[in-house]
Amino acid sequence: MSKTNLYWVIKKDSLLADLSHGKRSDKRKFDEYRKITVEKGVSDTAEGSAMVQMGKTKVIAGVKISVGTPYPDSPDKGTMMVNAELLPLSSPDFEPGFPSEDAVELSRVVDRGIRESHAIDLEKLCIREGELVYSVFVDIDIINYDGNLFDACELAGIAALEDTKLPKVKDEKIVEGEFTGKLPINHQPIECTFAKIGEHILLDPDLEEDNCKEAAFTIAITEKDVICAMQKRGSKPFTKDELTSMIDTAIKESKKLRSNL
Amino acid sequence: MILGKKNQEKKYVDKGKRLDGRKTDELRQIDIEVGVIDQADGSAFVQWGKNKVYAAVYGPKECLPRHTQNPLKAVLRYKYNMAPFSVSDRIRPGYSRRSVEISKVSRLALEKTLVLEDFPKTAIDVFVEIIQADAGSRAAGITAASVALADAGIPMTGLVSACAVGKAGGHIILDMTKEEEDAPDAIDLPVAYVPETGEFTLVQMDGELQRKDWDELIELAVKGCEMVGEKQRLALKKKYEGEVNE
Repeated sequence: MSKTNLYWVIKKDSLLADLSHGKRSDKRKFDEYRKITVEKGVSDTAEGSAMVQMGKTKVIAGVKISVGTPYPDSPDKGTMMVNAELLPLSSPDFEPGFPSEDAVELSRVVDRGIRESHAIDLEKLCIREGELVYSVFVDIDIINYDGNLFDACELAGIAALEDTKLPKVKDEKIVEGEFTGKLPINHQPIECTFAKIGEHILLDPDLEEDNCKEAAFTIAITEKDVICAMQKRGSKPFTKDELTSMIDTAIKESKKLRSNL
Repeated sequence: MILGKKNQEKKYVDKGKRLDGRKTDELRQIDIEVGVIDQADGSAFVQWGKNKVYAAVYGPKECLPRHTQNPLKAVLRYKYNMAPFSVSDRIRPGYSRRSVEISKVSRLALEKTLVLEDFPKTAIDVFVEIIQADAGSRAAGITAASVALADAGIPMTGLVSACAVGKAGGHIILDMTKEEEDAPDAIDLPVAYVPETGEFTLVQMDGELQRKDWDELIELAVKGCEMVGEKQRLALKKKYEGEVNE
């Protein structure tokens, strides 16, 4: 059943009381992830796919590849796009219809992590400069929402891309079922998200924490410790020291997360 | 110009000067005018380098549809929109993922500074229209919006000042132009900051940032926002100075 705002107002009080004693509801440390599983190749129809479970949050990413024209400002590069859908099946709080603000932000921040890290070698996806390139579409379906979609979606996205085979092209069309090799992947960006509740900062917020949070901060980091995207969310501000300490924690924790790939 | 190699050959900082002659820690020329839209309850026009941005505030007013009302406080709504003619390629009017995201983060960058509890069940609309864009339009939008909210008389705990810091050609710089933002190694780190409290209400980043550069970047961002804050206060003083003693 959908919980009302009032429910979370009351919940937040008890959550804060526990947090001030250093306790999270599932006994995790403040900088600890839930159990994570990554399973690649969960779809036969997609060129690449992966399912990620982060605690009870479950998302499936599928990669489809087609051919198209490049953007005028990068005629020698393939194109990519990430889209995440907050499916009404995954939570009583998600409504069918036009993508909500939250869905748009999720899509764009996950896209940014993959795009800005240059995870996909787009130059190798050029077929004929200025005319024909591969287009990579990463679509992420949320199956069960139990908090922290950003990290789960980024992990699923990069896992699916690593699983992706590049289809053959003949007469400017994709040849179904025939492949020329793997999709060229250069980097493994990982996103780490922190929620701020009261003065407490928690890594990997679960559903309760996500709904009670006053602010959040998502940081995308590559295997070379390069920070390739950041996004503050929520209305509560952060101090400089808080931001710096989250960045340092994320650099450390992203390595553990990446070991699941 | 050498064909095909202009990006690699371009020197973003030469002898301490940038492409447009600024120093690395210098903002573009910023002019803020308060009360420029007669119909609005509060408004501002910001010229920030080549950016031209209007912000208008309507409200507190009746919040419709009714189910969006909050019985405890006003609902803040923020709409960032780019005019179709604001960049070199025409922008298709209406919905875009980029403007939805910018509207959301901008609204949240302002929300905590406003005393919304004073106006339960109402709505406060902020409309930001980008007439001309040259990188940094979201920062200019937030800066204009905060001034417009003050002009509308919405009680606030502090003005929100925004700017972007980043890197181009290996140099850490304040307030990039579009040309600098298009550098092959560019980092773009827009922030919104409340000088009164020393807190950040918006932090975004894209590019490839090394941890060692973070401290310098965020320091520069604070410095930039404080300079922007000074301009905001002067602009408001200019309009209201005569009226303060009433």
